[in-house]
Formats: sequence, structure tokens, C-alpha cells
Amino acid sequence: MNIVVCVKYVPDATAERQFESDHTVDRVGVDGLLSELDEYAVEQALQLREKRDGEEIEITALCVGPEQATDAIRKALQMGVDKGVHVVDDAIAGSDSLATSLVLAKAVEKIGDVDLVMCGMASTDASMSVVPAMLAERLGLPQVTFASAVESQGEVFRVRRDGDTATEIVEGRLPMVLSVTDQTGEARYPSFKGIMAAKKKPLESWSLSDLGVDAEKVGLSAAWSAVEDTEARPPRSQGEIVTDEDGSGAKALVDFLASKKFI
Amino acid sequence: MTEILVLVDHVDGAVRKPTLELLTIARRLGEPSAVFIGADASQAIESLKKYGAEKVYVVDDADMATYLVAPKAEALQQLVEKTSPGAVLISSNAEGKEIAARLAVKLDSGIITDAVDVQSDGGTPVTTQSVFAGNFTVTAKVTQGTPIITVKPNAATPEAVDGAATEEKVEVSVSDGAKTAKIIKSEPRKASGRPELTEAAIVVSGGRGTGGNFEPVEQFADSLGAAVGASRAAVDSGWMPHAFQVGQTGKTVSPQLYVAAGISGAIQHRAGMQTSKTIIAVNKDEEAPLFELVDFGVVGDLHAVLPAATEGVTERKG
Repeated sequence: MNIVVCVKYVPDATAERQFESDHTVDRVGVDGLLSELDEYAVEQALQLREKRDGEEIEITALCVGPEQATDAIRKALQMGVDKGVHVVDDAIAGSDSLATSLVLAKAVEKIGDVDLVMCGMASTDASMSVVPAMLAERLGLPQVTFASAVESQGEVFRVRRDGDTATEIVEGRLPMVLSVTDQTGEARYPSFKGIMAAKKKPLESWSLSDLGVDAEKVGLSAAWSAVEDTEARPPRSQGEIVTDEDGSGAKALVDFLASKKFI
Repeated sequence: MTEILVLVDHVDGAVRKPTLELLTIARRLGEPSAVFIGADASQAIESLKKYGAEKVYVVDDADMATYLVAPKAEALQQLVEKTSPGAVLISSNAEGKEIAARLAVKLDSGIITDAVDVQSDGGTPVTTQSVFAGNFTVTAKVTQGTPIITVKPNAATPEAVDGAATEEKVEVSVSDGAKTAKIIKSEPRKASGRPELTEAAIVVSGGRGTGGNFEPVEQFADSLGAAVGASRAAVDSGWMPHAFQVGQTGKTVSPQLYVAAGISGAIQHRAGMQTSKTIIAVNKDEEAPLFELVDFGVVGDLHAVLPAATEGVTERKG
């Protein structure tokens, strides 16, 4: 079985995330890393292989992003993925989700004979959660998304999807696109052995022309939505903090609620 | 006047509140036309009429609900091609965003998700989004095709206004390819009797500090008529179901009042509640990072503070 896990290189959420003057996300000036939510997809791919002892399964980490994005692929390789594919091209900078999904779809086609495309539930930067559905649409594959638990037998996958109003069990058959949530279980840390082994694993770098994607179709100028303005939210100023002593905290809390007309 | 399509989010025909908010937003942009997909639209049409829907396109197809996302995107595509609307508005939940995603690819149209406000610039929707854990506000427009916009709950106050709600039955064709992810079982969430987390005006959340006892949190929530939420730590510990999780991988809430009890306030949690109008924290640890952004904080044990406050609130409400 051929599995491709899509991984995104994102600015560290604990750092000071910024926008560039053209309103695109600053992906160079801020420390980046493999999006935490994609680690769950890597983990589920690795677990699938472990469960299917004897079945030949190759796992590829696919990333579209700037030069530094190899860090995200390397992390996936260290966790246990077999090889990496990095689509890197200056023309890609500023791409919207539609262009990104186009590049990913073309890369999946070029990798070839892919049975399972896996994604995280969202990126931790734009957090749109739309790329897995767009990939399914572009590749003409079943979409089994937001899985919080995954079971499979042969080509049939059954997942639990916790919706707003109901919990659903969704079934699909390979080949398909599968996205998983953080509920699927903690992702492993790379072992020392994994870190050493990753250095020897193949990591290919592809440009847009390798994929046959017209550079005019991607990037900021081809984006179908335009940001007009980005504005830092004024920091919240700390209000009154009281220390509870023999019930004084509760009283002060109720007084505050009353003063704000919540009661 | 340009039609604005609003996809109706409903549970067995009962329209959910965010859809009524979408109708109000649609009226800023043009003439709201609701799109109902499912069996028996009569109850929905009644509600949609009261909130200004001029038309209700009904795709009467119970079968569609047994497949994930793709058939609804196909139905909407056919409706957009038929009506050439000024925009398509969809609720920003998991399913809504995925329907929007597929629709955008099908129509070669731009997409904006998670809008917290939508205003009209001469009929063109201008959206506001809250990004990077609520630290930035972004305004944007779709520049290609039919703007496809998903809108978060509480982006507008639903305005009651009579619409014609003229019913128009629509036949759509759904491809076999769209029926490849089958919903084989659906278990509706049990009603808690409390407001829906993402729609509530007041949310009271508990975290690690509850030690697994959510009773003080729930009782305080009930005294205020609030929804109950939980931090990821509380969910991971198995104390509360995931549906109650507030934060990056749970629900984003933006209520009038957010009370965090026993929650330290990691960035992932703040991402889900930072845009709340008023924030209160109760925590034993005076160093808890959440205290940095509160309007009011109590350093103290939630197991003592919340029950006493519950009593105080109940007394005042008399």
C-alpha cells in the first residue's frame, strides 16, 4: 500500500506570529515547524503499518512550502516515514488553499499509485480545514475526514466523526483521502534511532514544472481571495485580580457579574 | 436584486440558529434565498420565513444525508449555476467548511472561512476573520467567481423580519462518485438542556483544576444560564466528551462572558476563547497565564469559589 501524508510547515504558535507587508503569513522570519495537527496524521499512518504486519506499506511525507519546510518533512522522517517529497518553488509563495490543493493533488498524481492520502484536521496557522476536502474533489477520491478514531480491514476504512450535533460512523474504500483529528491519539516522539535513520532517507525536491503546474495558477497574484488588511488585536489589559479568603472571592465575583449586568 | 444563497444547517428539519444569522447577513448583501437539503422542509420554511428568506430552494432528498459532504456540494453547485448568486453563505462548522471547499473547486471560485463578520461593499462581501489565536484581525474579499464564505456562529444577531419564503423544489443529480463516503451510523448528541456551546452568550469552562469533578462548573453555569465547556486537559483525562472542548482543536467560542475555572490558559485554549467580550478566571495558581487576559480574576480554589458564587447568583436573581 502507498500512503502519502500531507504535512505543512507552519510558524511556531508559541512564537510571535506576524504578517508580511503584503499580508501573507511570515514563514521565514518566525521559527517554523511541522504543524502539530499533521503529526497525528503521521502517527496514524505509522500505526496502520504496524497493525498490518506483513503487508508492504510505503509512507511518503509530502510538503509544499519554502526551503525551510524541509524541517517539517525531516520531522516526519524521524518519526518513521520512509521518504519525503518537497514541492518548492518561489512562485508558490502566497498561494491560497485552492492553489495549494492543486499543487498537492498534482504531486500525489506524480508520486503515483497512491492508495491513501492522509492529512491533519487543520493547519495551526490558517486553520481553514479545507485542503483535505479540496484534495478529494480534485483527485476524485472518497473523502473520509475529521476522523477521531480509525479502523480498517483490507480496503475498507471505518472512522468516527464527531460532528456538531451527532457522532457519525463513516465508511469508505481505498483509494481515498483521510483526515484525522487530535483525538486519534498522541503522536510519538522521534527516537534516537529514528533521528539517525532519517538522515539517510530519500528526500526529493520538485518544482512546479516537474508537476506540470503553470506558475501563473499559483502564488499570491493568482489567489482568489485578497486580504485587504491585517491588524494586531490590541492586547487585553489585565483587570482586577482578587485573592479568595473565606468566601470573599465568590462575593467579589458575584459583584463583578452584577456590575456588568450578567445577573 | 442579487440572490444570496444560504445553506440551511438543520437537524431533522429544525433550523439551527447560525443559519438565521446567515439570513441576516445575506440581507446586507442582497436577497436571501435559503437552500434546504433533506426530507420534509415544512418546519424549516416556517422559521426561514420569519428571518427574511425570500425564497427557499428545497432539495427533497433524504438519501443525501447518508453520504459525507460531496453530494451537498454537488447540489449547491447546480443551484449556483442556475441562480448566479452574489455569494454563497455556509455555517462554519466541519461539514460546512468542507462543502464550501469542494464547491470552491467545482466553481473556480474564491473561498473565505471562519468569518466573524461580513459587511457589504456595494454588494461585495467584505469579511472579518480572527486569526493566530485571536491575536490578529484580517479583512478580506473574494476576487474570483462566486464568493463562498463560511461564517462562524454569533457573527450577527438574527433579525426577525418577514420574508416571502417562496418554496421552489429543485431536482439535482448526484454523481456516483459523490456517494463513496457513506455514513453508516449517526448518533445524535444527547440534549443537555443547556445552550449550545458555540451559540451561548455565557460559557463556563472547567479544566485540570476541577480534578474531574465538573459539578461546581455545571451548577455555576446553570445559575447563569450558560453553556459548559472544557479544556483539552479535562477532555484528554476523560472527564468531559470532546464535543465540549474549547480551543484550537475543539470549538471556538466568542461569548459575551467566558468563565474559565481551573484552566491555566495554554495558547491552544486561548485560541478558542480569546475573542470573548468579558473573561473571568478562577484558579488556585496565581501564576496561571490566563490571568493575563482576564477582566476579573479570583485566585482561589474553584471548589470553594464556584459553589459560593452559584449561591450568590441565585440569591441575586431571586
